[in-house]
Amino acid sequence: MARMKFLCDADRCIECNACVTACKNEHEVPWGINRRRVVTINDGKPGERSVSMACMHCTDAPCQAVCPVNAFYTTADGVVLHSKDICIGCGYCFYACPFGAPQYPRVGNFGSRGKMDKCTYCAGGPEPDGSMAEFEKYGANRLAEGKLPLCAEMCSTKSLLAGDGEIIAQIYKERVAKRGYGSGAWGWKTAYRETVTS
Amino acid sequence: MTALVANLRQAFAALALVALTMSLYPVAAQQPKSVDPTASAVSEQQLLQQFKTIQGRGSIPDVKSYTIEQPAGRDWRHFHEVTLRWIGAIAILGILAVLVIFYLLRGMMRIESGRSGQTILRFNAAERFVHWMTATCFIILALSGLNITFGKPLLLPLMSPETFTAWSEWAKYAHNYLSFPFTLGVILIFFTWIAGNIPNRVDVEWFRRGGGMIGHDHPPAYRFNGGQKLIYWIVVLGGSAIAVSGYLLMFPFYGTDIQTMQNAEMAHGVIAMLFIAAMLGHIYIGTIGMEGAFEAMGEGTVDINWAKEHHNLWLEQEGARASPDRSLQHPATTPGE
Repeated sequence: MARMKFLCDADRCIECNACVTACKNEHEVPWGINRRRVVTINDGKPGERSVSMACMHCTDAPCQAVCPVNAFYTTADGVVLHSKDICIGCGYCFYACPFGAPQYPRVGNFGSRGKMDKCTYCAGGPEPDGSMAEFEKYGANRLAEGKLPLCAEMCSTKSLLAGDGEIIAQIYKERVAKRGYGSGAWGWKTAYRETVTS
Repeated sequence: MTALVANLRQAFAALALVALTMSLYPVAAQQPKSVDPTASAVSEQQLLQQFKTIQGRGSIPDVKSYTIEQPAGRDWRHFHEVTLRWIGAIAILGILAVLVIFYLLRGMMRIESGRSGQTILRFNAAERFVHWMTATCFIILALSGLNITFGKPLLLPLMSPETFTAWSEWAKYAHNYLSFPFTLGVILIFFTWIAGNIPNRVDVEWFRRGGGMIGHDHPPAYRFNGGQKLIYWIVVLGGSAIAVSGYLLMFPFYGTDIQTMQNAEMAHGVIAMLFIAAMLGHIYIGTIGMEGAFEAMGEGTVDINWAKEHHNLWLEQEGARASPDRSLQHPATTPGE
């Protein structure tokens, strides 16, 4: 079974934000919520790097561990999903998440927050695959159609890689070996307790 | 004219470039053939060691999304899933065990001289209202809060996930909205009883004699004895701390970042567990632990003999203040003022 992961090759990211836009459009993500975002570190200075970040679908995910109502589940592919029917909007996954992935439609409304929303790795939710109910709550289920997350699929520089962890790590290693440098797989140590070294 | 100047400038620039290249030629030959594009690149590991979080700049309006990595959530997770459960279990089960053992050994503390049949006003209607408003809120806040820490391992296995979610969501709303009357109650408690709760020498004596809890001792006390003063300050200080930390969580990112909220949650959880343990002791002594105690907050009056045994100095004050033509049942003013 594949273990799905994201890998952002920061040396290739050109901060075009197409992944952000693609995600918002594909899943019809509500206004104010961004499941993926591109952040530039040391913007405008020598050595600046841009990283596209979303839910990393952690191994032994902290959000899943702290959820007081067990709204999360990890699929056989290693994708961390949640049920909006079970979520009570307490905000605990947000405190625990190392990547700031969980977001709420009503932050600041006396703590009511609303149902949490985050990246689903284009894998929907607990509803039947491809159903309208699933689309309305979680967006498209590309994985069930045999497709990979859209953000990575349409990345123009192939900076953002999605797929089986071992395969994308191998692709990254080959790139690093060929070009002679690489700033590493951002977030991997935090999310998967491993790094990609060439 | 302009074209001529431009031509001249170009010619001069070309000459200068040739001269420069010639003069630098031997040095240029020694420079590396390729540059290292990562020479000054930021490194994830270094950033994390330096700042504990990785932040940058983005192009969407949500400024908090500019933080891309904050591994501290892992530590907070351990606190919430392991440490807090231990603290809560030890504090709450510990105090329950102590109370059960104490009750089995001591039983209900009786009014030793029996009831006189005569009563005296101890808490007026306003005081009782403040007490019960705060107490009712506290019980609901405590149960709905414990549900967040212990609901998943203890309650969820007994019901369907949907039922547990319905209950937890209701509990969350109750927890959020009842915090307002609770906080108001803590403030009112502070002002209502501050006069009788300043620690003094009598309290030292009271604590030295163990509050008379062992044996048949009755250390002297004014309106509030040392133990009651302790409860008062636990409610005022603990209640304030729990309100502040709670409101920080209810209004995320209003002057807080994720680390502040993690810390606020830790403070909120630990104080809440200790608060609940202290209140269990308070509930015990106010109900089955002592005969004649519940009436004080129930009807508001206590038996004269109860007052003699537990608050002799207060009773003397009340007696001295009551004018001769009035009986003790109807004191002129609110006690303790």
